[in-house]
Amino acid sequence: MTSRIDSRKFNRINRRELLKLTPVIALGAFAIPALQTPLLKAGLGFSDWASAKLFRSGHLAFTFDDSQLTPFSKFPINDYDVDDPGVDLDNWNLSVGGAVGKAGNYSLAQLQALPKFTQNTRHVCVEGWDAIGNFGGARLSHFLKMIAADLTARFISVECADDYYESLDMATALHPQTLLCYEMYGQPLTREHGAPVRLQIPTKVGYKQAKYLTSLKVTNVLTRVGYWEDQGYSEYYSL
Amino acid sequence: MTSRVIEIDNPKTGEVVEAVYEHPFIVRLCHWVNAVSLFVMVGSGLQIFRAFPSFGAKIPQKDLIHWPKALAIGGWLGGALQWHLTFMWIYIGSGLLYLGYQTFSGNYKQVLFVPRDIPGVWPMVRHYFFFGPKPPTREAYNPLQKHAYTSAIILGILSVLTGFAVWKPVQFSWLAWMMGGFHYARIWHFIIMWAILAFLFGHLVMVVLHGWNNFVSMLTGWKKDPQYTSK
Repeated sequence: MTSRIDSRKFNRINRRELLKLTPVIALGAFAIPALQTPLLKAGLGFSDWASAKLFRSGHLAFTFDDSQLTPFSKFPINDYDVDDPGVDLDNWNLSVGGAVGKAGNYSLAQLQALPKFTQNTRHVCVEGWDAIGNFGGARLSHFLKMIAADLTARFISVECADDYYESLDMATALHPQTLLCYEMYGQPLTREHGAPVRLQIPTKVGYKQAKYLTSLKVTNVLTRVGYWEDQGYSEYYSL
Repeated sequence: MTSRVIEIDNPKTGEVVEAVYEHPFIVRLCHWVNAVSLFVMVGSGLQIFRAFPSFGAKIPQKDLIHWPKALAIGGWLGGALQWHLTFMWIYIGSGLLYLGYQTFSGNYKQVLFVPRDIPGVWPMVRHYFFFGPKPPTREAYNPLQKHAYTSAIILGILSVLTGFAVWKPVQFSWLAWMMGGFHYARIWHFIIMWAILAFLFGHLVMVVLHGWNNFVSMLTGWKKDPQYTSK
């Protein structure tokens, strides 16, 4: 038995059903300039929070055969200022400070004395391209133990010869594939690729993997996160 | 689930018209939220694509297409990523709410394409595109619609899975591996987007062609004069 109602009641029902959809209008907040910036910042922050929750210390990035390597001559070089900031390689050292027991200057030879690990891993750029490279260096976790770093601290922050700067969460810093890299394809890093030492982190996006390192600090507080992050890119950006 | 059928009596004209409740609130809510999110995901995705509009090597870079900035959202790579990584949660959330509701309410039967629907597809195609006769309307969605909407849902799920593989090729390494690795996952993600846009084009054409009463049913849930009555 079909119920029958008059058209005015039907119109009231229709209006009520339509009003139920008003939550959709809430999305319009993103179009309001004053609200857009905080909303997008909150959204990106949520993505970063989810990324940190998804990170597993024991999970390794894929490694590849030598046959799968991108040829060295075709391995891209990115920078924000110059390819070669003119590092004085003869007198280089890494200036270490912050929450560490053995602050001071560390030479390349001291890094090279730590066990060397080489890995064929995929480098992913935020722009969208990727390349598979061969990288060699000391594990950052071993270096952190060498400098008696406080491993309960939250961050590592680094500075570079070209005024680039970056930071890393401690969990990623301790990951076995995170390297203080000083070789590519069996040769010392070239100037354009970050000589003498760069971060190489297959579990992070390319911009986190700072080149031509000059200083490293262990800290719980970051006054600035990273060159690109401070312009609005993701702070955590793990792969 | 039986659709609610009522008769509407216009006291002024004496006209009596049937109406059927086709779309529950959650379905309508998710439809519109997802429509807005999809718009933002495609727009910001294209701006992200503009940063490296190629699926080949970086050196030498050979661009596939120069997508205009005016037809993208975000203005620059950083901005586009903010939109994309924010709205992905709204897109996924509305998708999951829709799938959960359809499954647990039993309302999925209205839209899910099943083998029984296969014989009905060709007559609908012939009617729409080749001047064939109009097959009788027996239910809310004809077999071709069910096919289209079921495909769209599958494409939506694939857009999320390929997106996850591009976003986290290390943490979701098995997912990325199934797609051929990060490099190919990015290609699949792009292809799936175009497939969704192809569906969207057809969908919008059909919505326009099927008139106001049909469109209103996705706003209020009720379709006047449906030309079929569900038992």
